[in-house]
Amino acid sequence: MSYEPSALRLQREEARRRVSRHSTVVALLSTLAIGAVLAIVITGAPGFKLVRESFFNPHYARTAFPSVLSGLWLNLRVMIVAEIFVLIFGLLIALARTSKSPILYPVRLLATIYTDIFRGLPLLLVLLLVGLGVPGLQISWLPNSAVTLGTISLILTYSAYVAEVIRAGIEAVNPAQRMAGRALGLSQSQTQRYVILPQALRKVTPPLLNDLVSLQKDSGLISVLGAIDAIRAAGIETAQSFNFTPYLVAGALFVALTIPLTRFTDWLTRKQDRARVQQGQW
Amino acid sequence: MLEINSLRKSYGSDLVLKEISTSLAEHEVKVLIGASGSGKSTLLRSINLLEGIDDGQIFLDGQDITEVGINPDEVRSQIGSVFQSFNLFPHLNVLQNITLAPRFVHGVAKEIAVTEAMGLLERFGLGDKAKQYPDLLSGGQQQRVAILRAVITRPKVLLLDEVTSALDPILIAEVLSLISELKGEGMTMMIATHEMGFAKRVADQVLFLHQGEILESGTPHTILESPDTPELKEFLNALRDAGRL
Repeated sequence: MSYEPSALRLQREEARRRVSRHSTVVALLSTLAIGAVLAIVITGAPGFKLVRESFFNPHYARTAFPSVLSGLWLNLRVMIVAEIFVLIFGLLIALARTSKSPILYPVRLLATIYTDIFRGLPLLLVLLLVGLGVPGLQISWLPNSAVTLGTISLILTYSAYVAEVIRAGIEAVNPAQRMAGRALGLSQSQTQRYVILPQALRKVTPPLLNDLVSLQKDSGLISVLGAIDAIRAAGIETAQSFNFTPYLVAGALFVALTIPLTRFTDWLTRKQDRARVQQGQW
Repeated sequence: MLEINSLRKSYGSDLVLKEISTSLAEHEVKVLIGASGSGKSTLLRSINLLEGIDDGQIFLDGQDITEVGINPDEVRSQIGSVFQSFNLFPHLNVLQNITLAPRFVHGVAKEIAVTEAMGLLERFGLGDKAKQYPDLLSGGQQQRVAILRAVITRPKVLLLDEVTSALDPILIAEVLSLISELKGEGMTMMIATHEMGFAKRVADQVLFLHQGEILESGTPHTILESPDTPELKEFLNALRDAGRL
């Protein structure tokens, strides 16, 4: 028997379509209106011509592009190395902070002090202290390149954030899961590894990726130590031309670099939210 | 097999188990009945050492498992436990849930554990669910998987803590028939339940717990048909009024 939609259903669908058409029109109009207001306010500003000349100059954008891009290659390498170490250290610190073993008490204490300090210290200060302080020690086997010390500073700061995110995930796993694991005879560490951590990491993937996006853009701060990254390269170009367009080029490249990860994070968050609503746990 | 001597347990000043003594012979099934808060769950959780006890002893196969210095993981690996809320691991599929303990607690090779788990699942009509995640299963299926997860390692004793309380009547039936089948195979079990019909069918002995004490014990028939104490009479009347007896 073929299904013949009732008049009632057709009527409802028509009403739904009407609402959705209406929403599209409203969204379009409001976007146009706000766009127009912004355009008028910005282009009407007294200094607009000057700003356009010194920040949006196509000529300088073209000439600065190659050197800014090669600077970005350094940022890219720094962020990848830093991300790997941050994830490893973050995980270890989170595990240390959530462990209950008495033998790990000193480690737990150190981990707590560490996260307290490095979540509070501005990254810029860490960069200056590590980048200028460590070479100042004049110990021959310590690294003294700006890139290495800059990367170490990023790792120090971001490991503290990531550790806290992972710890929150571990504590968010239902305690009954730990009990079920132990009841099967799994040891404390087996339960942590096979039962708790996989669930914890799944829970915190979106905020974790968010921290990594933040780390990616903050890799530009190593330029304060003199490393020739994208921002430093743009600065050098600007110093030669007295035109700020190269900074804008660097900015655009950073955004382009982080957008895939931010989009991915949003997508993952939405997917997890949907799954939770379907399972009725909201 | 299992022997409990003068078990006492309190939470703060609240004495939840007072002088509990009972035992479980091989292949025996004992059912604990009693109102919520009478100490059934606490007793089961004391046996698998998820709760520390204040006084008394518990012997498993002649070994005092409450002794200082005993390895609780070792003890728990010989006892199966199933909970009211299933507690399957949501990030693992059915097969992975069931093979976790054989592989990592008992050191069984993965292929062997998988073959054995598949055999169990097939036997209890869950073979097609092996690769599914717990979220996608009905409550009854989840609880049956949880029971299989507990018995695959051939525990000496299986503890079941109100395993049907979160289920609707049709799902209860499929879980109870699995438990009956385990009894047929000679599994030694201690079961806390509110399902009196089921208690009658599977229990060799029923214990009535009231405020942390075993007030009455006997065959299902004597306990349910001719109660002695006013407390048990009141409990049975309440069940009858609720249409559960």
